[in-house]
Amino acid sequence: MTGLLRRALRGVRWYVRELTDESAYDRYVAHVRKEHPAAAVPSRRAFERMRTDRQDTDPRQGFRCC
Amino acid sequence: MRAANPKTIALWTLVALVGAAGWTVLALSRDEEVSAAWMVAAALGSYAIAYRFYAKFIAYKVLRVDKRRATPAERLDNGIDYHPTDRRVLLGHHFAAIAGAGPLVGPVLAAQMGYLPGTIWIIAGVIFAGAVQDMVVLFFSTRRDGKSLGQMAREEIGPFGGTAALLATFAIMIILLAVLALVVVNALAESPWGTFSIAMTIPIALFMGFYLRVLRPGRVSEVSLIGIALLLFALVGGRWVAESSWAEAFTLAPSTLVIWLVAYGFVASILPVWMLLAPRDYLSTFMKIGTIVLLALGVVVTLPTLKMDAVTDFASRGDGPVFAGSLFPFVFITIACGALSGFHALISSGTTPKMIQKETQVRMIGYGSMLMESSVAIMAMVAASIIDPGLYFAMNAPAGVVGDTVQEASRAVANFGYTISPDDLARAAKDVEESSLLSRTGGAPTLAIGVSEIFSKVTGDSMRAFWYHFAIMFEALFILTALDAGTRVGRFMLQDMLGNVHKPFRDVSWKPGLILTSAAVTGLWGYFLWVGVHEPLGGINQLFPIFGIANQLLAAVALAVCTTLLVKSGRLKWAWITGVPLVWDATVTLTASWQKVFSSDPRVGFFKQRSIYQDAIDEGKVLPPAKSMDDMHTVVTNSTVDGVLSAVLALLVVVVLADATRVCVRHIRDPLSSRLSEAPFVESRTAAPAGLFATPEEKAELAAARERHPADAS
Repeated sequence: MTGLLRRALRGVRWYVRELTDESAYDRYVAHVRKEHPAAAVPSRRAFERMRTDRQDTDPRQGFRCC
Repeated sequence: MRAANPKTIALWTLVALVGAAGWTVLALSRDEEVSAAWMVAAALGSYAIAYRFYAKFIAYKVLRVDKRRATPAERLDNGIDYHPTDRRVLLGHHFAAIAGAGPLVGPVLAAQMGYLPGTIWIIAGVIFAGAVQDMVVLFFSTRRDGKSLGQMAREEIGPFGGTAALLATFAIMIILLAVLALVVVNALAESPWGTFSIAMTIPIALFMGFYLRVLRPGRVSEVSLIGIALLLFALVGGRWVAESSWAEAFTLAPSTLVIWLVAYGFVASILPVWMLLAPRDYLSTFMKIGTIVLLALGVVVTLPTLKMDAVTDFASRGDGPVFAGSLFPFVFITIACGALSGFHALISSGTTPKMIQKETQVRMIGYGSMLMESSVAIMAMVAASIIDPGLYFAMNAPAGVVGDTVQEASRAVANFGYTISPDDLARAAKDVEESSLLSRTGGAPTLAIGVSEIFSKVTGDSMRAFWYHFAIMFEALFILTALDAGTRVGRFMLQDMLGNVHKPFRDVSWKPGLILTSAAVTGLWGYFLWVGVHEPLGGINQLFPIFGIANQLLAAVALAVCTTLLVKSGRLKWAWITGVPLVWDATVTLTASWQKVFSSDPRVGFFKQRSIYQDAIDEGKVLPPAKSMDDMHTVVTNSTVDGVLSAVLALLVVVVLADATRVCVRHIRDPLSSRLSEAPFVESRTAAPAGLFATPEEKAELAAARERHPADAS
């Protein structure tokens, strides 16, 4: 029973992290390591800054509807 | 074709029977109170059948989605905006992006014609038009590396139609923002509780932004939990403020609120995204999904009875106080987003196609999300129909008709053919701790009353006022987010257009251009907001139809692009899939535009209205509901602006439609002359299920893909 509960909680945590894009950094690091093994991986702080600042230059990303 | 097994046949027969039972009860019961359960049954039964059969047919027979074809997310994966996203996550993303205030407000206003016409259109419209549009746009944009609707219009139809589509989109954006802002003003005016709690969302969002930027970058879940806790605290605190000596500072007249909102919109849109927009967006997404889930549970658990008539007399007479005009075309215009929304085409062609794992998932993401949005509209219809019709009309008729006291309002409601005593009107306001509920137009307060009715059945009457303000906060929160995000998108379009004249405008980091274009966009929607608030004939009454028309015209543009693409990609046989909804939508919307411009009924036709008030001015007379000569001049100016705007919007869309027809005819005559700008086929290296649950066949594919490319397994 506790195994099932733990799995459910892990599922919820995974879903929330994915939906809010909290997992964006981990995903990006995995992407860079795999596709460009020689490239330096940015720090989380630098990555999150770059990600939100991209939205400043093209506000159509993340547009919300009526 | 594989043979269906008996269990499947029995299951779908049962689903069909549930839906049919719902429709039968809704359609046949007159003069008796019907349970909302039947509305839920009709909706869910119809959605299930449409998703299982029609959407599947469109995906596999018409679009011929190909699971072997790599999507832009796979081909162009950059780990940031292009990346293959789990279908369940993307469903949440896409739904959060398309769902907003529209599907909540429209059905509430459409309830003036009774719950039946609106419900029929919400369900039939989404199945045959709205969800089809979202899915087909998503599919074609996915085949074009996530190109936007505007780019697709330019490339596939031509520069002329493309430019008209761009101009129409910009004008539509301005109207959208003005009407959404008007809904907020009407919900917060003279309400210290609401105004305080909404004002507090600004410091809360600033704190969250600082936390994410400086303290703990990227920890969205924890900062959102803190934010929501603070938000609920602000909501409870709103009551204390309303009861304290601070109340006066937060009791704002509509015109003061307009100034605050315009100032907010301007400042918010020039601040960097991380400061206000991004954190606010996290808050509003959590609140949105949470409240919609709660509301769905509330409706299903309490199954309230509908008190509104199935069809009111206003449906045929066309003289309703909430919005003027008869059932055809205005019920379709008013429902707008819950059944068919042009704005969704901007989401379906932009963010989502860059994240979708497999073409086969367009059914679940595009069609499925829109069915969810439609069910939100059904809940809004339920919320508006369970409150006393007398209260509904007292809240939604313009101030000039309802009057200033509960006695006058009670008499006005009696004129509409409904009854509510002055005491009941006063009690309804006191129950939710508002000074008055008279003429609280815009839909949000009515929805909030309905929501508080449903929730307080579960939690007890002592929570009623809390739930009312909770609902107001929930709507105002994401409308303010939309104002900020929409102003930025409008500015971006304007910068792009002005860039053709003066190059530096195109550089989005050029500060003078940024400030100038931001001011222009806020100024434009601010003007219409100001007009709406000071409109003697009622701002919602005058402007909401233009908003609905604008949204439906954008849908016509999207459907025209879809139909052109179906024809050009050799699917002429199936062009009716989007062609029929296009013809219907264009007929409804252009009829509405025509009536708004040329109708001889002064309640409907802007220019008739203008000439009647102008003649009275010439004779020195004041016509009610105007109270002074100034009001008379306001009516004349506003009617002229509204009439010209309706005509221009309709003309722009006619240009797009004509250009699209030209391209289709040319293609049919000489298929070799047209070019299709589709990204070339690249074989996919991954496997992913198409629907919510993986079929046994898909599970085997997943296992095989994992064996082939162990590194790709996530």
